[in-house]
Amino acid sequence: MAALKMQPGAVIDGFTIGEQVHRGGMATLWTVTHPGINVPLLMKVPLLSEGEDSAAIVSFEMEQMILPRLSGPHVPACFGTGDFERQAYVVMERIPGQTLYKRIGELPLPYEEARAIAGKIAAALTSLHRQNVIHHDIKPSSIMFRERSEAVLIDFGLSHHEHLPDLLQEEFRLPFGTAPYMAPERLLGVRDDPRSDLFSLGVLLYFFTTGVRPFGETETLRGMRRRLWRDPYPPRSLRDDYPPWLQEIVLRCLEIDPGARYPTAAQLAFDLAHPEQVKLTARSQRIKRDSIGTVWHRRFNLGAVQPQPKSDVAAQLASSPIVMVALDIAEGSAVLDEAIRVTAERVLSTSPSARLACVNVLKLNRLAIDRTLDEQGQNKHVDRLVALQHWARPFRLEDNRLTVHVLEAIDPAAALLEFAAVNLVDHIIIGARQNSMMRALLGSVSAQVASEAPCTVTVVRPSRLTVQGESKGTAEQGASDVAPPGMF
Amino acid sequence: MRLALFADIHANRQAFAACLEAARARGAERLVCLGDIVGYGADPEWAVDTVMGLVADGAIAVRGNHDHAIGTPSDGMNDEARAAVDWTRGRLSAGQRAFLTGLPLQREEDNRLYVHSEASDPAKWRYVRDTADAARSMLATELQITFCGHIHQPGLYSMSSAAKMTRFVPTSGVAVQLLTGRRWLAVLGSVGQPRDGDPAASFAMFDTVSREITYVRVPYDIQTAAARIRANGLPHWLADRLFIGR
Repeated sequence: MAALKMQPGAVIDGFTIGEQVHRGGMATLWTVTHPGINVPLLMKVPLLSEGEDSAAIVSFEMEQMILPRLSGPHVPACFGTGDFERQAYVVMERIPGQTLYKRIGELPLPYEEARAIAGKIAAALTSLHRQNVIHHDIKPSSIMFRERSEAVLIDFGLSHHEHLPDLLQEEFRLPFGTAPYMAPERLLGVRDDPRSDLFSLGVLLYFFTTGVRPFGETETLRGMRRRLWRDPYPPRSLRDDYPPWLQEIVLRCLEIDPGARYPTAAQLAFDLAHPEQVKLTARSQRIKRDSIGTVWHRRFNLGAVQPQPKSDVAAQLASSPIVMVALDIAEGSAVLDEAIRVTAERVLSTSPSARLACVNVLKLNRLAIDRTLDEQGQNKHVDRLVALQHWARPFRLEDNRLTVHVLEAIDPAAALLEFAAVNLVDHIIIGARQNSMMRALLGSVSAQVASEAPCTVTVVRPSRLTVQGESKGTAEQGASDVAPPGMF
Repeated sequence: MRLALFADIHANRQAFAACLEAARARGAERLVCLGDIVGYGADPEWAVDTVMGLVADGAIAVRGNHDHAIGTPSDGMNDEARAAVDWTRGRLSAGQRAFLTGLPLQREEDNRLYVHSEASDPAKWRYVRDTADAARSMLATELQITFCGHIHQPGLYSMSSAAKMTRFVPTSGVAVQLLTGRRWLAVLGSVGQPRDGDPAASFAMFDTVSREITYVRVPYDIQTAAARIRANGLPHWLADRLFIGR
């Protein structure tokens, strides 16, 4: 079991070692090359010298198990691992540039820039959580950005994978991680709640917009435990011009009870993408911390707020989808709108934390000059928002579960698809165009959405048609030869 | 090499046949039977003949407590288990009984130990219920990976170089690499009488090169297996529990 020599020029499993580019507390990073791999590579090697506690080994084992299973633009691609018998390593794609830590000297950042950064991190967390992984060390130095601008999460040594053994579960007496960013439930030993990452992102967003860490820089367990009962100063108490929507988002992320935070990273990303639609609650106006009575109540009733022993990451994400309903207000019919409502109701009834985004496309002509006023000088955009609100009213959703959007676009299908992708939509509900002559002339929006969407699509048509068409009423092609009654 | 590991077959022909087929479809090159071939189920002759044939072709088998009880009075068993063992004993030929009682309590292969209950004292038939039980078994062997059954509930335990334990309930179909830096105890679910709430038959695949273990669940014809238990006059609860996996 003689360890191989880590030095420039050495070759390990086909990887030729280049230079050492970083030496941290737990690991060293080396550039490496491999014939046939044309992206820049980094080899991460754990530091296992004498006096090393087992944390370095265990967190390296976790990274070795988790990183090869991850995919997508929000993580570095993994190209190989080596085990502890010879030389432990992980070879991964080298992300160019610096981590977000480099920006700390510039804080506070402009609100708009911080919002954009947090939105990218929330999108990355969405991708990670959908792969059954909780990061557990979200902080500026764990975040990089691709040249195309997506956030990339690095360092999975403290992560939890729902389908793999959690080697950290009994390893440390104290919760292991970065104290200022650690969610309160972590202090109670909870490692399987993805909303812990949303708390950490809330700390980051608070810090980046105020220049102050909400829970200070304490490293002691006693100091950290205060966050189990003590809420941070509202950002508005630090900066007079702090936008209410931003405080609403930040303080919701920092809720002590994970159940009071956003249910998913995707729903957080949605609010960050649509600040004008964030539903403001008392949180947004707060200028003082909770009263001492509230704090004492929390402090001496800690047992009551302890979360469930085992939460299911996938089940939680599945119960909190973003459902997008595409409504054709200009050409749709009351019958179709009703059928869409029934379908949406069915979906929402099984998903208690689902969020509904009602979307309409205001079709632009290629040569249109006046985009917003119709012949009577009315504002079409506003009219349609009002119509969407009206359609959604029977759902009686709480304000923070409903948003309405009018997209202005030349190509409705492309606009709907882009909205779904950007907003991490889980399920699209769309009506089939009923007028077959219109469909012949204009093509089918729903067919294009159904075939190209990044998620599940339900195509709705009134049941009269499905009875005559094929039994699978959710496929538009099934009824393409059926003319709606009374159309001809 | 790809191993297929089966524990607690318990004379359930429908479940074992379905698992064997699933293992072959996954490219199994060597079969390991972790004991309790008989007991509870209604097809002991077929089950023993099948395992005897597999062993003749190179499979490994170890003895479980129900196999052991075929050759001795079934002391220490509950009424249903004893009724099933006594019934089974009468069904088997002398050759089949000799095969079961002649099986070894444990077998070693490379860095792996195969045993029915656990390694610290295999003849005591202790259950691995928690990390303390798992640690006792792991400390009793030098080998890196132990495979066992007996408790009818899948579990995967590890011990770090600092003797810290982890426990994990495996997700069916997800391969887990048994890292070289620690020791592992893989407790298999039951082929013929699952008790973890999932009535599907349970076995595992292990790849000795990638060191990945995959727990597999296989749906099978429970109706027939249960009907045969009832038709043979065995306690009805042994049939009923197959439907709920308890």
